[in-house]
Amino acid sequence: MTGTVVQLHTPLGDEVLTLRAGDRVELSGVVYTARDEAHLRMQKEGIPFDPRGAAIYHCGPVIKDERIVAAGPTTSARMNALEGFLLDLGVRALIGKGGMGSPAREQLKNRGVYLAFTGGCAALAASHMKLAGVHFPDLGMAESVWVIELDRLPLVVGIDSQGNDLFSVVEEHAKKAFGAGPVKECTDK
Amino acid sequence: MQSRGPDALRAALADATFKAIQEAVVSLPPDVMRALENAAAKETSAIARGEYENIKKNLAAAKRLGVPLCQDTGVPVVYLTLPPSVPYSQTLFDGIADGIRRATTEIPLRPNVVDPLTRHNSGDNTGAGMPAVHVRPGDRFTVTVLPKGAGAENMSRVVMLLPSQKGMIQHVVTETMLIAGGRPCPPVVLGVGIGGTFDGVAALAKEALLQPVDTMTAFERQLCDAVNTLGIGPMGLGGSTTALAVKVKIAACHTASLPVAVNVQCWANRHATVEVDW
Repeated sequence: MTGTVVQLHTPLGDEVLTLRAGDRVELSGVVYTARDEAHLRMQKEGIPFDPRGAAIYHCGPVIKDERIVAAGPTTSARMNALEGFLLDLGVRALIGKGGMGSPAREQLKNRGVYLAFTGGCAALAASHMKLAGVHFPDLGMAESVWVIELDRLPLVVGIDSQGNDLFSVVEEHAKKAFGAGPVKECTDK
Repeated sequence: MQSRGPDALRAALADATFKAIQEAVVSLPPDVMRALENAAAKETSAIARGEYENIKKNLAAAKRLGVPLCQDTGVPVVYLTLPPSVPYSQTLFDGIADGIRRATTEIPLRPNVVDPLTRHNSGDNTGAGMPAVHVRPGDRFTVTVLPKGAGAENMSRVVMLLPSQKGMIQHVVTETMLIAGGRPCPPVVLGVGIGGTFDGVAALAKEALLQPVDTMTAFERQLCDAVNTLGIGPMGLGGSTTALAVKVKIAACHTASLPVAVNVQCWANRHATVEVDW
């Protein structure tokens, strides 16, 4: 990781392929929120926006009077198996918290990146956002696809397009530490 | 002095519940703030320090704007203490539900409560059996609200150990966090229930989260140190603090049982207590 912060703007292109896990970036431009229900709906009914170069934000915001009150990331791992069709159609970035496993990690290879934002930091996130629209409002506040204009949201590249993954490095370390701990004799349960 | 009929009781409890939710979702208790500051001060990983920097900025922004610090304003878990002068009746539950509905529109909260099978959202954060309300006797009439987000709640578990497996409690606690990884928004607080019954031990684990997190017993410290050897760090990005604290609550249990529950709580260990003006 270096001290420099890379500025990114949607729609994203091949510049995301040069990013490496651990890089700090600031993302501006339009992003689309999508959680479990929105992914299922888009699989069934199609994508209500141009997916080419788009960024998907795993987020269910609090909205009041067409204003974003709080909009931190949700746990991305719930969507591990739901991103393939979006990446196939040109989505270049997934934004969320906690990292992603198979198959999303493999599907990002040579195509896009996973960008991590600090979970729970919803007021901070909202201060970098303006609401620009909504799709599938019948899904309710948490599950709708909200169209959000970002102004330099600070993110860390968690998974890069070469398969480098900060989260899996940490997970491997945790597994080893757990195996080496004082309760090793109990792990056969 | 207000009138002391059921309507006044319901209104007073609604008001106190609203205030407790508002306080809980906007700002963290002082002991949690201290624990976060300590964790940030001793962190050496540059990425982890960046996460703490965001957390600090976020807490300041939430307070300044009076908005929820996290968009997952949770499901309301409510603890009520009743002095002998307060009658125990449905009115209490109605008052708490009123306060939650008002908080949902006015603060606002994200409507999170759905039917478990149809997934239909009630829109007001109440539903069958929700809020979860725990009532106990006390000297003062207070309402405590613990808004519980799903990211951390989903990683919680109950394990029915055997009496001969007392040595595995640390294993269960640490393994819970190993499985959870970055998903529950670490650095977490782990509420650990030991003993009681299958259902009761989960309630103990959740109540443990209400205890101060800037002090630990030797046993709690031992569990916390074991979790921190995992190195999961803030948001699963690696770092020296994976758990800010482990808090334990114990109840007597069957001679043939050793129930253990771990309730995982994100760094935003939100809860607030308000005295009911009645």
